[in-house]
Amino acid sequence: MKIILPIILVAVTAGLMVLAVFGVGQASGGVATGSVMPSLSGAAKTDTPEGAATNFLTEVQRRNWGRAYAALSNTSAVDQQSFTQEWTGSNGGLRTFSSLEKFDVRPMHATDADADMRVRLRWTTPVGPVEEVRDFHLNHEADGWKIVWHKMQLPSVPAQVVPVTYLRWDLVSGGSDDEWGSHNVDAPRVRIISMNAVDSAEGSVVMGEVVNEDTVPAFVNVNATLVDAAGNAIDDESSFDKIAHVLLPKQVSPYRVDFPKISLKNVKNVRMDVKVTLVPASADPVIGVMNQKLDPDAKGKTVLRGELLNQSGQTVNIPHVIASFYDNTGKVVWVADGYVDRALLPQSSEPFAVEIPKALAGKVQNFHVLVNQYSLEKS
Amino acid sequence: MRTGWLICVLWVVCLAGLGAAQELRVPASASAGEEATISTTGSGKATFYLLGPGVANKSEVSLGEEIHLRSQDLRSAGDYLAIVCGETCRSSSFYVTAAQPAGLTFLVHPSRVPAGLGEAITGVALPFDQFHNLVPDPVVVNFHLTAGNASLLSRAVRTQNGVAWFRTNSGKSAGKLEVVATLGTVSASRAVQQVAADPCNLRIKGQRTPKGIVVETDPVRDCSGNPVPDGTIVTFSAAGADGRSTVDAPIKQGVARAQIEASGPQVISVASGVVMRNELRVGGQP
Repeated sequence: MKIILPIILVAVTAGLMVLAVFGVGQASGGVATGSVMPSLSGAAKTDTPEGAATNFLTEVQRRNWGRAYAALSNTSAVDQQSFTQEWTGSNGGLRTFSSLEKFDVRPMHATDADADMRVRLRWTTPVGPVEEVRDFHLNHEADGWKIVWHKMQLPSVPAQVVPVTYLRWDLVSGGSDDEWGSHNVDAPRVRIISMNAVDSAEGSVVMGEVVNEDTVPAFVNVNATLVDAAGNAIDDESSFDKIAHVLLPKQVSPYRVDFPKISLKNVKNVRMDVKVTLVPASADPVIGVMNQKLDPDAKGKTVLRGELLNQSGQTVNIPHVIASFYDNTGKVVWVADGYVDRALLPQSSEPFAVEIPKALAGKVQNFHVLVNQYSLEKS
Repeated sequence: MRTGWLICVLWVVCLAGLGAAQELRVPASASAGEEATISTTGSGKATFYLLGPGVANKSEVSLGEEIHLRSQDLRSAGDYLAIVCGETCRSSSFYVTAAQPAGLTFLVHPSRVPAGLGEAITGVALPFDQFHNLVPDPVVVNFHLTAGNASLLSRAVRTQNGVAWFRTNSGKSAGKLEVVATLGTVSASRAVQQVAADPCNLRIKGQRTPKGIVVETDPVRDCSGNPVPDGTIVTFSAAGADGRSTVDAPIKQGVARAQIEASGPQVISVASGVVMRNELRVGGQP
C-alpha cells in the first residue's frame, strides 16, 4: 500500500506532462492564451491555426515586427511599415502609449485550407486596460498557417487650410493688493439635472447628467457619498474620467460614480456634491458623432456604435466618448464610456463603440453621446 | 498664556477694588484715534495700566494729575480698562466708539447674472472708519445701479448695526451693470456682468452639400432679444435610417453651425442646455 500510492502519483504526473507537451495546441475548439511571460513561453507550433495566431501575437507582444510580419500570408496587401504602424499607433493616439498585455485565441471555423480565429486583446494604456476583439483569417500555405492581413484604411488628410473662428476664454486674476470684495468673479453655475443610483455586477453606481447653466466655461467634478441608515458615510467617490470635466456654456455631460463592492441594500441616502471652478478653455475642436446605432457586437453584447467626425483643423490625440442611456421615461439608466485608440485627424472620422450591460440593453430607448478630448498640444 | 494674563488682570482689578486712596475719572465718551484724558486724585507716584482691544500699556504717573491717552493707543473701538495702582489700585472702564466713516466695504453678488431675472442682484455695504472699525451708528448709504446711460435703481438705505443692503432685479439688456454705493464723500463701485438668459426661439436652417448637411441656427437670442454669448453650446441632432448623428457646436459670431454626414432623409432638431426647439426635415440626396 505504501508503494502503490507514490507509483500512482508518479504515473498520473507523468501522464499529465505528456498531455501538456503533446496535447496543447492540437485540440481543436480549445482556447490558446498568451499571457505575458515572453522568456518562458516557448514558440507554439504553426502547424495549427491557433498556434500560428498565438505565435503571431507573441511576436507582436514582443514588438518583433519583422517576425510578426513574416507570419502574414503572401496574399496580405500590406507593407511592413503600415502593418507596424497599425500596432504601434501614430499621431499621439492612445495606441502609441499602449502595450499588449495578454491575448487569447478562439477558433471560430477551420478547414484544412483556411480558418477563422477570434482573438481578444487586452491592452494596458494610460487610461486603464482596454479590450479589443478582432477576427483573424488564416490560410494554410506551404510553410504553415499564415494570417491574411487586410490593410487598415488610415485616414489620409490632404494639405489644406481649415478656417476656424477661434474662440477661447482667458482668466485674468486680480492682484494680491485688491480690496476685499472688489474683484471677485463667481464660480460658474452648474447644476445636476438628473441622478440615478443602481446596483451593478461590480457594485453600486451613481449616475446622471450635469449642465453648465452659465455663460463661461466650468471645470466640473461630481462627488457622491453613500450614507447608511445611521447617517454614517459608507464611502465617497468621484466621477474621475466618467465625466467631461470642462463644460462649455449650456453643455450637458453625463457622469458616473462607481462604488465597487458596495450594495445599494446598505445605502439609505446618497449625498451629491459638485465642485466647480472657472477655467480658461477653448471652444474648439468641434467633434460630431455620426451614425449612432445600438447593435450587437461580436461577443453578443449590445454596443452603441458610431463615428466621430473631427470638424476642426487640429488633431485630437485621444478622443473619449461618454454616453448616457435613457429609458422610456427619460431617466438615465446607464452611463458608459470608451476611448478611441487612434488619433482623430482634422476633417476625418474614426469609429467608436461603447458597451451596455446585458441587463439594461432592453430598457434603453434613447441615448446622448458626448465627446471629450485630450490633445498633446494642450497638456 | 491667556489664562495667566486673565488671572493677573483679575488680581489687579481685585486689588483696585480694595483700595480707595485715589480716584480715577475716565472720559464719558471717546472716539477712535482721538486723544483723551483721565483725571486722577491723590498724590504720589502710581502705575497706570491701559488695557483695550489691541493695546496693553503700563506707565508711571503722578496722582492728582491728568493722564493723557495718546491717539495711537485708542485706534480700536471697544471697551477699555484703566487701572491706577499706588498704595492701592483703582480701575474704571470706558468705551471708545468708531470714528467718522472713512471707507465703505461693498460686496455685490453675483458677478454675472442673466438678464431679466427677479431679485437676482444683492449688495451689502459696511461703513468703516479710517482705523478699520465698523461704524455701527446709523448712516445713510446711497445705492445707484446704472446700465449704460440708464439708471436702474437709486435707493437710500440707512445702516442697521453697521450694515446696509439692497436686493433688486437684473436689467433687461446684457452688458455691464455699474453698482455704486455712496456715503458722504466716500463711494465704492462694483461691476456686474449682465448676460443673456437661456436661448429663446432657436431656429435652424439646413442645406445639403456633397459631404452631407450643413445646418446652422439663426442668430441665437434670449427672450429679451439679447444675443446669447459666443461659445454657448448648441446641440444638433439628426435622425435618419442610418442612425442618429449629433454635433455639439459652439455659437460663433452669433450663430451655431454644424456639418452632419448623412445621405438619407433626416429629421434635424436643435437644443441648447435644457432648452429644445424646432425640427427641420431634410430630404435624401438625389
